[in-house]
Amino acid sequence: MLRTNWQPLAEVNRLRNEMDRLFGQYADGGGTEMGRMGTFPPLNVWEDDNHLFVEAELPGFDMDQLEIYVTGGNQLSISGERVQPEPAEGAWHRKERGFGKFRRSLELPSDVDSDSVSATFINGVLTLTMPKSEAAKPRRIEVKAN
Amino acid sequence: MTTTITNAEKKSGEVASPEQTYQSSYVPRFDIWEGENELLLYGDLPGVSVDDLDIRFENRELTIRGKVASRHEGNFVLGEYGIGDFHRSFTVGEAIDAEKISAEMKQGVLTLHLPKSEKVKPRKIEVKTT
Repeated sequence: MLRTNWQPLAEVNRLRNEMDRLFGQYADGGGTEMGRMGTFPPLNVWEDDNHLFVEAELPGFDMDQLEIYVTGGNQLSISGERVQPEPAEGAWHRKERGFGKFRRSLELPSDVDSDSVSATFINGVLTLTMPKSEAAKPRRIEVKAN
Repeated sequence: MTTTITNAEKKSGEVASPEQTYQSSYVPRFDIWEGENELLLYGDLPGVSVDDLDIRFENRELTIRGKVASRHEGNFVLGEYGIGDFHRSFTVGEAIDAEKISAEMKQGVLTLHLPKSEKVKPRKIEVKTT
């Protein structure tokens, strides 16, 4: 007898995968193979009082394949290209990863000192540390009591 | 094409299996290539440390588990990808020499080499003329 156990969370997972596939298919990516994966690269951005931090997942890239610009104080642009490995003789059974050229621009939430931006690239994750410009730093306003 | 590699995740909801991905926070993407002597798997695992990877091959089931620790300290402005646990498993149709499986990580890409067993490698049959 065929035994099946009902796993409600497995159904939720399947629904999520289908939704990811649906929205990934129609995401705006300029028609490139990278674009069909959805917005690439995915970015996480966070801040503290003095810095903005931008993190991008870029597996399989070399630092010298990336071009990073900060213009106008708050416009970040990251571009690059990933080339698919082509083993000599054989056949692909599955291709889920994306390859090709990409360009991503982002308006930063505050102006940064573009001359002091630093970048690290570890395990396929690019991290940009951008000091905020003096004018953009938060100031605590003292309230004087009479 | 004789090799069949299926993803247990694709079966979710159809076949009850303990190897499901329903507890994972994300599903890493993999490419699979088959050559004459080996299968090659390429997986995008950005931010994953080698120490946090657990790869097992048992009874034709290849399982890759791992985790990505949180790296953020501060106020989130934009969050487009998650971190946490992940899990992928593949059923490998070819006979694999499990002792010779090797793996390497470079710039967030996992490369897995699964050498085929000698007995399943294709052999060219010479036809003798009489």
